[in-house]
Amino acid sequence: MKKIGKQTYVLSNGVGIRCSHALVGEKEKQGPLGKYFKDFFTDDTFGQKTFEKAERHMLLTAIEDMLKRNNISISDLDVYIGGDILNQLVTSNYVAEQLQVPFIGAYSACSSVTESLALGSLLVDGGFCTKVLCSACSHFSAAERQYRYPLEFGNQRQAYSQWTVTGAGCSVLDKFATDMPKITKVCFGKVVDFGILDIANMGAAMAPAACDTLTAFLNDTKTAPADYDFIATGDLGKLGSDIFRELMSKNNYDIGNNYIDCGHMIFSSTQGCMQGGSGAGCSASVFSAYIYQKLKSKKFKKALLLATGALMSTTTNQQGDPIPAVSHLIMLEA
Amino acid sequence: MEAILMYLKVFAVGGLICAIAELIMIKTKITPARILVLFLMIGAVLGGFNLWTYVIQWAGAGATLPIIGFGSSLAKGAIEGATSNGFFGALGGGLAATSAGIAVSIGLSYLICFFTNSHTKKN
Amino acid sequence: MNKQQRNSEYLMYVENQSPKSAWFTSLLRAFIMGGTICCFGQMIGDVIKSFFPTMDILTVGAWVNISVITLTILLTAFGVFDLLAKYGGAGTFIPISGFANSIASCAIEYKKEGLVFGVGAKMFYVAGPVLVNGVAYSMIVGIIYFIISLF
Repeated sequence: MKKIGKQTYVLSNGVGIRCSHALVGEKEKQGPLGKYFKDFFTDDTFGQKTFEKAERHMLLTAIEDMLKRNNISISDLDVYIGGDILNQLVTSNYVAEQLQVPFIGAYSACSSVTESLALGSLLVDGGFCTKVLCSACSHFSAAERQYRYPLEFGNQRQAYSQWTVTGAGCSVLDKFATDMPKITKVCFGKVVDFGILDIANMGAAMAPAACDTLTAFLNDTKTAPADYDFIATGDLGKLGSDIFRELMSKNNYDIGNNYIDCGHMIFSSTQGCMQGGSGAGCSASVFSAYIYQKLKSKKFKKALLLATGALMSTTTNQQGDPIPAVSHLIMLEA
Repeated sequence: MEAILMYLKVFAVGGLICAIAELIMIKTKITPARILVLFLMIGAVLGGFNLWTYVIQWAGAGATLPIIGFGSSLAKGAIEGATSNGFFGALGGGLAATSAGIAVSIGLSYLICFFTNSHTKKN
Repeated sequence: MNKQQRNSEYLMYVENQSPKSAWFTSLLRAFIMGGTICCFGQMIGDVIKSFFPTMDILTVGAWVNISVITLTILLTAFGVFDLLAKYGGAGTFIPISGFANSIASCAIEYKKEGLVFGVGAKMFYVAGPVLVNGVAYSMIVGIIYFIISLF
């Protein structure tokens, strides 16, 4: 392992992702990626009393299903790195308590999926761990009542707003899974603040963060976007990804046709989600169900995933502070 | 004929107030809660100068139901309270005039929350 | 380029890029929804007046308000009101129905945090500003009027 340039770490052998699993809600299943989401659920309360409990239950179900199907026992896991978008990472905390695996909470809002995978791969590549469990998730109703309004409150969504994805994605990094899709480089992003105050316009807040991280990564590795089969941002939405393209072209990088945005992709325009999906579960579920599977079947050889997180707090936002954003990048090779 | 004309007036005034609020919201991106407070203030000022009464006489429910009507009846209640009960009437008159609506909102909401849960949004 | 200048240029750029809500449609919908709710209220008032012709105009108005509030809270409880509001926008929340919906939706949503700190405290999460400001304004008007009437 070595560090190149300012922000990028090259993993010496690459860290294989043994398995990856996504569990999503009904609305996501009905979206354009529906055929890739094998596992879904229709009752978004999971028979639980609160949406926070439902989110936990969703994440635990996803993790347990994945471990069972791949014959991994919980005692094999060295560490669990997880993140979500609820205050104090409640979902991951309670799930970690259930699993009884040493836990590292990773908060970078919707960028949690790449943050946890990047940290996990460093731990494995450094020789400290053999198996690391990584997860990220979000739940529409739980996020709505924390960040916005009660569900029954009648308000209109702005045309530039996004819809929190109900879904969870989890993966196991394994030192010995060398024939599996590998994480070969990671790049941790800087927090940027471009002065966006509107809590609904997260795409615009996060696009500069994605641009900052990708530019840093391309500079560090001396590569161009065309060197990769596939570049995916987390949840910029349609508006955010248009801004991201524009910002990258200002930095003299032309993002070609191999670029997608997970948030833009997960919902179709007829589903009433305006600019698309958001939330930690968005990039996590698209990574597990779509990108990982494509890498596994060798459809993609080299891919970049930049999950983006709007690090907003309702308290500081009401105090008039802008929304900072961060984006962490992982490079995947089949 | 007169009844139809009255309903047209109600529709026009009620609709117009809402459309103005919508226009302000679209143009300035003010949140719903702030719009409500803004219109309430307008109502209180209009009620304080006893101007909204004329609109109510002209357009009935089209003027009383929007939040401006709520603000004006708060202000009018305070004025009437001050006239009949002096200082304490001035303090409590506004609440007294609107108390029925507020009490029903709170009481019924409190009651209803025992019987229902929030529904998932489909879109 | 300093940060402030960069941010203000970026905000301008985002403003131009952001999709505009179809404002004419929104206005028309708000107009129709607001007008309909007010006509509905007027109709209830007319019905009450036809049964009790001697009732004074203020009492009729109070009955109209209470009817609209009750209906709104019931629609909120059945999960229908937010669909109407999605269509009507300001047309549904500027009339008293918006006030009732904001209280009922908060009560239903936050009952999970208990009756004291959930329903009791958070019921006014959205409607609180309206009540607080309303009471404050009415007191200001009342006191001003009281002082003027002394002279």
